[in-house]
Amino acid sequence: MDGVLKWLEATALATEIRENEFLFPWVEALHVLAITLVVGSIAILDLRLIGFASLDRPVGRLARDILPCTWIAFAFAALTGTLLFSAKATDYAGNFFFRGKLVLLALAALNMVVFHAFTGRNMQHLSVGSPAAARIAGGLSLTIWVAVVAFGRWIGFTLH
Amino acid sequence: MMFKTTLDRFCWWLEQTDASQAIQSTAWVVPAVQTVHILAIATVLGAVLMLNLRLLGLAGVDQPLARQSQRYLPVIWWTLPVLLITGIVMIVGEPARSLKNPVFQLKMALLLAAMAVTALHRLRLARGHALPNGRGTALLIALPSLALWAAIVFAGRWIAYY
Repeated sequence: MDGVLKWLEATALATEIRENEFLFPWVEALHVLAITLVVGSIAILDLRLIGFASLDRPVGRLARDILPCTWIAFAFAALTGTLLFSAKATDYAGNFFFRGKLVLLALAALNMVVFHAFTGRNMQHLSVGSPAAARIAGGLSLTIWVAVVAFGRWIGFTLH
Repeated sequence: MMFKTTLDRFCWWLEQTDASQAIQSTAWVVPAVQTVHILAIATVLGAVLMLNLRLLGLAGVDQPLARQSQRYLPVIWWTLPVLLITGIVMIVGEPARSLKNPVFQLKMALLLAAMAVTALHRLRLARGHALPNGRGTALLIALPSLALWAAIVFAGRWIAYY
């Protein structure tokens, strides 16, 4: 594992991001923009699932509006995140908040899969109210994404 | 020149206040406040995105523009105070690094422009001539709004590097 991280850090791209004065902040700014779009869009759907907002709209229709934005933004966040990681791979890999952020992302994915495949299978047609399964999935998602942002911000203060 | 020295003095004075000293000496305050600030701007961006995608005819087209605006416009206005308060805490913690920073000043100008575009959308809506998917609306409101809010996030991150 250590060998892989060292190799990654030594690649030309990683070296350039680390050493170029402007590249790291640019990639980081793109990463922040992408993650705000991920969290800002998914929150709208989460609040609908919780039963707090957009109650006049069917879940499936709102999801079709929002999820394409969320996925495109997530792809950008993952790409820019990988680039940032490569620049200081060994430091990030040893950072508590970075590791925690990855665990949280895995939990977000698990929550999504469970809701889509099992507990919320019929929610596409849900037009009124929000049953317990939807409220739980929405609440978990919102909590996890808030924590992802907090952990992400704390990486910057604890990485040396 | 005059302005510069006044700003310098103000920053120096602010830095010595108890509030500033408290923020500087408590390690968790800045990251916590920044986290809330980022979550708040994420909230605004989500609303801005849905509003402008509706204007462009790319989302929410099954419901009237007025309804989509009723859902998302208040989110923008009500989240701005959160951004203002958390922003002020960061300024008090490091006055010179923010107030005297050209990127911060640019960010405030961009914010005013973004608020003006949002107010224009609100005004056109109130007057009833908000064109649903018109090219004029896209050029006048949707695209400038998206570009301005994205630039605000960019500038926010760049304050730390300038």
